[in-house]
Amino acid sequence: MATVEHSDGTLAAGPDGGSGGGLRRRDFINIAAVSAAGVGAAATLYPLVNQMNPSADVLALASIEVDLAAIQPGQAVKTIFRKQPLFIRHLTPAEIQAANAVPVASLRDPQTLAERTKEGKPQWLITMGVCTHLGCVPLGAAEGEVRGQFGGYFCPCHGSHYDTAARVRKGPAPKNLEVPDYVFKSETVVTVGEVA
Amino acid sequence: MSFPWAEEYRPKSGFTRWIDQRLPLPRLVYGAVGGGYPVPRNLNYFWNFGVLAGLALTIQIVTGIILAMHYVPYDQAAFRSVEHIMRDVNQGWLLRYLHANGAAFFFIVTYIHIFRGLYYGSYKAPRELVWMLGLVILLLMMATAFMGYVLPWGQMSFWASKVITGLFGAIPLVGEPVQQWLLGGYAPDQPTLNRFFSLHYLLPFVIAGVIILHIWALHIPGSSNPTGVVVKGPQDTVPFHPYYTAKDGFGAGVFLILLAAVVFFAPNYIGHTDNYIPANPLSTPSHIVPEWYFWPFYAILRAFTVDFILPAKLWGVIAMFGSIILLFFLPWLDPSPVRSGNYRPRFRQFFWILILDILVLGWCGGLPAEEPYVMISQVATMYYFAHFLIILPILSWTERTLPLPASISESVLHGEEAEAAPADLSGVRPAAAE
Repeated sequence: MATVEHSDGTLAAGPDGGSGGGLRRRDFINIAAVSAAGVGAAATLYPLVNQMNPSADVLALASIEVDLAAIQPGQAVKTIFRKQPLFIRHLTPAEIQAANAVPVASLRDPQTLAERTKEGKPQWLITMGVCTHLGCVPLGAAEGEVRGQFGGYFCPCHGSHYDTAARVRKGPAPKNLEVPDYVFKSETVVTVGEVA
Repeated sequence: MSFPWAEEYRPKSGFTRWIDQRLPLPRLVYGAVGGGYPVPRNLNYFWNFGVLAGLALTIQIVTGIILAMHYVPYDQAAFRSVEHIMRDVNQGWLLRYLHANGAAFFFIVTYIHIFRGLYYGSYKAPRELVWMLGLVILLLMMATAFMGYVLPWGQMSFWASKVITGLFGAIPLVGEPVQQWLLGGYAPDQPTLNRFFSLHYLLPFVIAGVIILHIWALHIPGSSNPTGVVVKGPQDTVPFHPYYTAKDGFGAGVFLILLAAVVFFAPNYIGHTDNYIPANPLSTPSHIVPEWYFWPFYAILRAFTVDFILPAKLWGVIAMFGSIILLFFLPWLDPSPVRSGNYRPRFRQFFWILILDILVLGWCGGLPAEEPYVMISQVATMYYFAHFLIILPILSWTERTLPLPASISESVLHGEEAEAAPADLSGVRPAAAE
């Protein structure tokens, strides 16, 4: 730059230079300018990357309200939550009993029915309809579909069986069907996607 | 590339040596924009604008690729997808305003770049091809900007596409089939929107390719300079890096501050409110004008009102395209051996009259086609062509130019020529055309 590098490796300050040894004015300007440009470049990167995140209209549909009043005991419905199937099942007392009778320690993903439902409402089993193996939609939520060996859900892709608490009992799936965040707004209305 | 005293690339480590022997890309960069490219030491800030245009193109490509991730080129959804970008996409408003205003800034710096070339005679030998490639870039930019303006599918978008493709309809015999071929129908519609989107995405990369040729051709003789005197020795040049990287870096900072100021505080200042109304083929906005960077050309187009052998409409189209085609012949219309306007007092006066004339054309182009603006644009159009076809050729033969400095270093050192003057030059004759 405006300084001369001598053969012995020392730098001689130019006419606008500093006091000789140590930090020169030009070094300071150089470091300050390059640093400011670097911070500016990093700040510019943020919108360029963030624009690919879910947009406001997608987030606006991130929670849905479902009325449970019409669902009879033993019946299940399929609805859509965040563009994926959501299973809502009204368990019969027999199904609740069957789920509670299973020794939790014997499960691949140990969870009790109570942990997978809301307090005082063990009959409402709300889970994602996405198999935890490779993401197929399990059968059993609609009238006449097979419910597998354990009376819950059955994934036809690779043969995973889920029980009446939607816990994996057999087959390649590693986890129980996911329980999304949801809140009971009243006795029969639930908002899925909202954290209590 | 250009001068024998250019510093040769020397790999600093074993790794860069390994790379250099297999793919000498660092060597290319070093020789093109690094310490290995000697540049005249007296360049002023007008020489920043080429780099700024490159920066503007980069901003357009980056923001444009992002907008294309959210935009839908479908006539029923295009306008809505643009509003979706403005309201829903994270920082979508910022990216779209950067793209829209970035286009205007791209034209500002490109026009200053062109006027710098006109004033300092950068189009003269041996840089004719640099100049002509630059004009090709300008034409590509205009096509790209026009098609980009159509994409939001607002009222101005729709009617701009109708008016501009209508220009081709003025061509005798084949005009109407050509217009229908461009539109893919009888009026702007879905096929038009879809093909304009495709081409709007393609052309910037074509521009980038022509820019590489533009820079390649420039680096053969090297940059011109404010004196127009050719480089005579190492004392006339400094390495591009760090001298001009630092100077261009400063210019880039100023450019980005101005762009940010417009984007954040007046993002719609240069836009038209009509383009926030969805396209309606049954209702024309009361006053259709293109974006400001097309105003001078639009004024020339509308200046022809009388049929003379050919229809007036065709004369307007010919004159509008002719106003740029003419510039391809500029190196031969102005054969004066003195390049820089600094040493051509008469030329300098006419240069500023030309600038004024183009500003008047731009002013008329932005106004409705009414009197007295039509008559003013007719006079201004006549002067524009007279400047290049009559005044410049006469000037270059008759003008008494000022004495040129013996060398760049002499002009820089002011009276210290004893230190720097080459021994074999006695002085004051025009040094160009050798």
